[in-house]
Amino acid sequence: MSVNLASFLYLVSGVLFIMALRGLSHPTTSRQGNTYGMVGMGIAILTTLALARPTLGGFFLILLGLAIGGGAGALIARRIAMTSMPQLVAAFHSLVGLAAVMVAAAAMYAPGSFGIGLVGAIHGQALVEMSLGVAIGAITFTGSVIAFLKLDGRMSGKPILLPMRHVVNAALGALLVLLIILLVGTQSYAVFWLIVLVSLALGVLLIIPIGGADMPVVVSMLNSYSGWAAAALGFTLGNLALIITGALVGSSGAILSYIMCKGMNRSFISVILGGFGGETAAAVDDGIERTVKQGSADDAAYLMANASKVIIVPGYGMAVAQAQHALRELADRLKANGVEVKYAIHPVAGRMPGHMNVLLAEANVPYDEVFELEDINSEFAQADVAYVIGANDVTNPSARDDKSSPIYGMPILDVDKAKTCLFVKRSLGSGYAGIDNTLFYKDGTMMLLGDAKKMTEDIVKAMDH
Amino acid sequence: MENNSVETALDQLDRAVANLRLTLDNADSVADAVHVASGGVVDPFVFRLAIFVLAIFVGYYVVWSVTPALHTPLMAVTNAISSVIVVGALLAVGISASGLATGFGFIALVLAAVNIFGGFLVTQRMLAMYKKKER
Repeated sequence: MSVNLASFLYLVSGVLFIMALRGLSHPTTSRQGNTYGMVGMGIAILTTLALARPTLGGFFLILLGLAIGGGAGALIARRIAMTSMPQLVAAFHSLVGLAAVMVAAAAMYAPGSFGIGLVGAIHGQALVEMSLGVAIGAITFTGSVIAFLKLDGRMSGKPILLPMRHVVNAALGALLVLLIILLVGTQSYAVFWLIVLVSLALGVLLIIPIGGADMPVVVSMLNSYSGWAAAALGFTLGNLALIITGALVGSSGAILSYIMCKGMNRSFISVILGGFGGETAAAVDDGIERTVKQGSADDAAYLMANASKVIIVPGYGMAVAQAQHALRELADRLKANGVEVKYAIHPVAGRMPGHMNVLLAEANVPYDEVFELEDINSEFAQADVAYVIGANDVTNPSARDDKSSPIYGMPILDVDKAKTCLFVKRSLGSGYAGIDNTLFYKDGTMMLLGDAKKMTEDIVKAMDH
Repeated sequence: MENNSVETALDQLDRAVANLRLTLDNADSVADAVHVASGGVVDPFVFRLAIFVLAIFVGYYVVWSVTPALHTPLMAVTNAISSVIVVGALLAVGISASGLATGFGFIALVLAAVNIFGGFLVTQRMLAMYKKKER
C-alpha cells in the first residue's frame, strides 16, 4: 500500500472518530456514532497491517495480542457494574498511558520500523515529540492508577499532603525538561528510562494530594492527558489518525474538567494543587439551638402521594446504596397516581461527569424525564416535594446565601424552594466536603434517616396501605 | 424545549463552521508563507501541526455540543478512540528487527486492545440503556 493512500485512510478514520463524538449530541444518534467509531478503528488497524506487511510470525503475534487484550476488554465491558464506571474509566486511562510509554520505547529501540532514523541517529525532532509522549503517557499511567485506587475505595479519598510538595513537583518538572534536552543530545537508553521514571513519580505526586470530592475533575483531566500523549506520538509516527484523535480527546477531557470545575465553583489550578475535601471544616457553633424535623416512610408516602409534582434529586449516595431501581419503582407508583415526576441532576453529582444519568438510564428511567441544573432549577418553586436521595453539598443553600461558606458561589439545586424537601440520609453528619448543610434546619425540610435503598422501598410499601 | 436545544446546537455548529473556515484560511496563508520561505520544500511537521490545531478546534466545538446526559459515554468512547495508538504497537510488532522493540510493542498491543474492545463495548452497553418515555 502506498504511503499516500495510507495517509488518506488514516484521515478517513480520524473523520469517523469526529463523527463518533458528534453522534453523542443526542441519545438517538449516539448509537450510530459509536458504530462510526468502531469502523474508524477497524480502518486504522487494517491500514496499518497493509502498510507494515508483517511476516507470518509477526501476523500471528498480532492476532494473539489482539485476542488476549480484546477478550479481556470484552469481558470487562460485559461484567462491570454501572456504579463502578468511574473506576473503570480511570483504569482504562492508565492503560492508554502505559501503551503510549511502550510504543515510545519500541520506537526508541527500533526507530527504523517507524521511519524516524536509525538507532543512535534518531531525528532530534522525533526525539522531542517522543519524549513528550512518553512523559505525558507515564504521568497519565501512575496518575490514573492512583485515581483508580481512590475511586475504588482501596485508598482513602483523603488528600495526602507531603511537605514541600509544590517545590518537589516543580523540581521534577524542571528535571524532566533537562532530561529531554539530554536525550536529544545523547540518544542514550538510560536517559530515556530516567524520563519514564521521573514521569511515573510525578504522576503519583500530582494526584495523591487531590481529595475524593475533586475526583470528577481528576478523571476528566487524565482523559485529556491520555489524548495529548497520543497526539505527541502521532507526531513521531507521522500518523494523521493518531494526531486527530489525540487532539479530540485532549480537548474533550479539558472541556469536561472545565465543566466540572464550574459545577463546583473551583478554579482548575486550586483543584490541581490539591488539599480540598479531606479536612473537616470547623463546626459552625453560633450558639443557636437548631432543630431538625424528622419523618418516617409513612409521612413521606403521604406527602408524595398527595403531591402534584415531585422532583427527585439523586446523588452519589444513591449509587452507593444501589437505590436507583427502588427509586424508579417509586416514580412509577407516583406516576400511576397522576403525580408529575422529574429528575434533577447537578453537574458534579456522582464521581464522574454524567454518572447519574447512566445509573438512571440503567434503571430504565427515560432520558426525557431527567434534567440538568439550569433547565430545572426554576421549577422547584412549583414543586410540592423535592426528594433528595444521596446528594448533599449540591443542595446546600449556604452556597447561595452565606458568603462565608467555603462552597459559596457553587451552583446548587434550589430544593429548599419546593413546598417540602424530603432529605434521605444515613445520619445527620456533614457532607463530602465536610460542610454543615443549613437545609436540614429549614422549616420545609423533613429528614428521612436511613439507608437510601431501604427508605425508598419502605415509602413504596407505605403507599400500598 | 427540544426545539430550543436543537436550535442552539445548530447555532453552535454554524459558528463552528465559520470559525473553521477562518482557521483554514489562516492555516493556508501560514503554509504558503512557509512554502515560500523554505524554497518550496515544506517540512511535513508543519502540515501535521496544522491538522493538530484544526482538530483541537473541531474537538472543542463537537464536545461542547455533546449533551451532559452523555458525558460518561463520551469519556468511555474517547478512551476507546485514543487507543488508536495501537497503530504504533502494530508497526513495532509487525516490522521490528530488535527483540526488545517487539516485546514493548506486544505489551502496548495487548493494553490498547483491552481499551479498544472494552471502551467501545461498554459505551455500546451504556448507550443501549438510554430510552425515551413510552407514550
